[in-house]
Amino acid sequence: MKRSREKIVKWLLIGITVIFLLFMLVLPMVEVIYRALKDGLETYKTALTAKNTLSALRVTLIATVIALTVNTILGIIMAWQVTKFDFKGKNILSTLIDIPFSISPVIAGLAFIMTFGRSGWAKPVIDGINNALGTDIVLVFSVPAVVLATIFVTFPFISREIIPILHAQGRTEEEAAALMGASGMTIFRKVTFPHIKWGLVYGMILCTARAFGEFGAVYAVSKARGKTFTLPLEVDALYMSGTADSITQAFAVSSLLVGMAVIVLILKNIVEYRGKSKKSV
Amino acid sequence: MNKGKYFAGKVTAILLTVVLSMGIFTGCGGSNEGQDSGSITITNVSYDPTRELYTAYNELFAAHYKEETGKDIEIVQSHGGSGSQARSVIEGNDADVVTLALAHDITSIEDAGMIDAGWLDEFPSNSSPYTSTIVFLVRSGNEKGIHDWDDLIKDGIEVITPDPKSSGGACWNFLAAWDYADKKYNGDEELMKDFVAKLYNNVIVMDSGARGATTTFVENGQGDVLLAWENEALLALEQYPGEYEIVTPSISILAEPSVAIVDENVEKNNTADVAKEYLEYLYTDDAQRIIGENYYRPSNETILNEFADTFDLSVNLCTIDDFGGWDKAYADFFADGAIFDEIYQQ
Amino acid sequence: MKKAGRRKGKVVIPGFGITMGITVSMLSILILIPLASVMAYSFKMSPFEFVKLITKPGVVNAFATSIGCAFVAAVINAVFGVMIAWVLVRYDFFGKRFIDGIIELPFALPTAVAGITLTKMYSDNGFLGKALERIGIKAAYTKIGIIIAMVFIGIPFVVRAIQPVLEKLPKSCEEAGLMLGASRAVIFRKIIFPEIMPPLLTGFGLALARGIGEYGSVIYISGNSEKNKTQVVSYIIMQKLNSGNVDYEGAAAIALILLIISFIMLFAINIVQHVASKRTSA
Repeated sequence: MKRSREKIVKWLLIGITVIFLLFMLVLPMVEVIYRALKDGLETYKTALTAKNTLSALRVTLIATVIALTVNTILGIIMAWQVTKFDFKGKNILSTLIDIPFSISPVIAGLAFIMTFGRSGWAKPVIDGINNALGTDIVLVFSVPAVVLATIFVTFPFISREIIPILHAQGRTEEEAAALMGASGMTIFRKVTFPHIKWGLVYGMILCTARAFGEFGAVYAVSKARGKTFTLPLEVDALYMSGTADSITQAFAVSSLLVGMAVIVLILKNIVEYRGKSKKSV
Repeated sequence: MNKGKYFAGKVTAILLTVVLSMGIFTGCGGSNEGQDSGSITITNVSYDPTRELYTAYNELFAAHYKEETGKDIEIVQSHGGSGSQARSVIEGNDADVVTLALAHDITSIEDAGMIDAGWLDEFPSNSSPYTSTIVFLVRSGNEKGIHDWDDLIKDGIEVITPDPKSSGGACWNFLAAWDYADKKYNGDEELMKDFVAKLYNNVIVMDSGARGATTTFVENGQGDVLLAWENEALLALEQYPGEYEIVTPSISILAEPSVAIVDENVEKNNTADVAKEYLEYLYTDDAQRIIGENYYRPSNETILNEFADTFDLSVNLCTIDDFGGWDKAYADFFADGAIFDEIYQQ
Repeated sequence: MKKAGRRKGKVVIPGFGITMGITVSMLSILILIPLASVMAYSFKMSPFEFVKLITKPGVVNAFATSIGCAFVAAVINAVFGVMIAWVLVRYDFFGKRFIDGIIELPFALPTAVAGITLTKMYSDNGFLGKALERIGIKAAYTKIGIIIAMVFIGIPFVVRAIQPVLEKLPKSCEEAGLMLGASRAVIFRKIIFPEIMPPLLTGFGLALARGIGEYGSVIYISGNSEKNKTQVVSYIIMQKLNSGNVDYEGAAAIALILLIISFIMLFAINIVQHVASKRTSA
């Protein structure tokens, strides 16, 4: 009696979950692919090999790789900082690190423009640096601006994944190692890193995913199609192009992004699986 | 402790590498302007519905430029809402030329000190190589019987027009309606406000830009009538044959999109001459024909008449001067707390 | 005793200075200084102007819409999130790995793509929109549309917050409860719910915060009509920036309010996590 009721509950819950996710996640994905291929493979191929699309792909990859590198290094350092030491204002610091996580991307873009834009207060500083070094650094409406905005929005992704692990692990191992005379780098490599390895990879994957998908913040600082546009911006440009073909092209480029997302998610699953099986050994 | 320093050194090294590599990319990003490598790049910052026009025109101009100078030229296109495009130029978007929807938007770049005064007279016809007007786009068959502005305020008519607060095109829409009400009620402001209030009551989706509104109406099937740029409406007819009809109202407004050279940027990029030529060439017969083919009204009368089949040349058009110029019109109608806020927030 | 241990910890593990230095300086350069510029702009307004601006009906409505819709979406995500996490942790069935895998899709899918796709699906021409219209519900260009978009972007937050906690929760507690004759509902309420409460709050808070500030996915599907109160706060900020008379101060002022809201919410979340981690480690 009880058994059968339990079974019903089980399948009811599974059913609801599947239906909910089907409508919210799977159908949108299917819709993108369907719309992308609506006009046949030839159109699809043309859309993906268009000059603007390739340029956008390049910018997206540059921004993603740099954001990932910077945020991985900073994420580890920040997580170490927040979990291995006690100091005043720690709660505030960790909240500040998380800020980009919940901030409106519109504000992120606005912030960079108000700082580094032509009328921003930091513009003279940048000009000064440029004059002194003979460089031509432009931090708005350029590829570096896209990189900065991408770093901004993905800033907390890695530290957020590592901090709980480091919290749970405590400090005794590191303290013991330090007392035995190990250097900071050695402690990190030998003691801390094995613990956070999978969390780190997981964080990096999320960071990658968010980095190539960012729209709002990048939209504010990137205006030149074929030069500084990323894939999501290219999608928007095609969608706004107003011809029947270009909408299909927009979905074709979208499907590229969906493909990248799916690859990243598969990677994430492999990582999670290996992480879990390692743990249970 | 020494070893701690080693750790510190390593981290600093990694960080430096990252910063340096960013610097390299920065260099790439910054130095793509100018004439250093034989091929020339200029950036044309324009508004939303001109994407197709400038794609076609850039090809024409590049061919002409190659023939004349033997050099390749690449023209970077940037499109978006006219107001936000002007703002991006003021904030540092490296435009060599601007081709925006409203003279007002170019004036704001002038006010920022980037365009020299007198730009309006730099090119023929008030620096407007093409004009357009506002028409109604309705679904094929016009079942709701929409023929003029009066029909838009009827109950149950769903209107699509963008937000005048963020779209230049939407301002033209509003002013055209206002002008109609003005004629209809002989300048009785209460009745006129009542009229446009009713009209905007029927607006069901207010996109942030003209292109977004077209997409909402055409692609997503919202509403009975779209207040559209004439060129947008004609483009929709071409792209979706048989699905839509254009209704020309008895009164509309002559929209004069303006073009200008961004003096501050061309000086820095060393592109003054080519920028000037780029805009001047818009007035040649070849370019004017391309303009007509892309459904903008050529400023050259002779060529405009070649397209008499496309455009309804008999429509009664008021101009922005009837409203005292853009700056005054903007302050009267669209500034915070002005007439648009008054009627829309009732 | 505890104090002494802490102080010892500070001394023993190397790298405090350098990590502190890097953390604070990079945080400042990349995040805080740009955000401070936004604040600086909003302080150009007098307090009177500031209050006048943010109490305007349009602005107040936008905040109400953003917060209200984000709240509803977060509640929906909380309910389904618990359910999904439960199903993924406790049951085995065909396709479980797949479902587990796509939870993060909303992170990975660009918000613009999500927005365009959802609009297409739920507008009168889309297949879901058609179906909904038949039963008299208009989804796209209404608040329902905004909520759908916000549910979409918020899904991973709750699920991923609860999942690890549920995994750690020993089945023995429940089994003991069952043996003692407690009903499933009671067990859930008394044993499981208290355990997943902190992560649920965390996930809920993050989904809410994300929803309130969301732009890309919402902007296409909301009608942006002030009259129907379907303008969201992010849109108002963009509107101030795109209008013929650019209003930096106004945009910055509204952005500041959003910033404060997200800071408070994140701070609360961090406190919840802190308390929870203390309790479990004790």
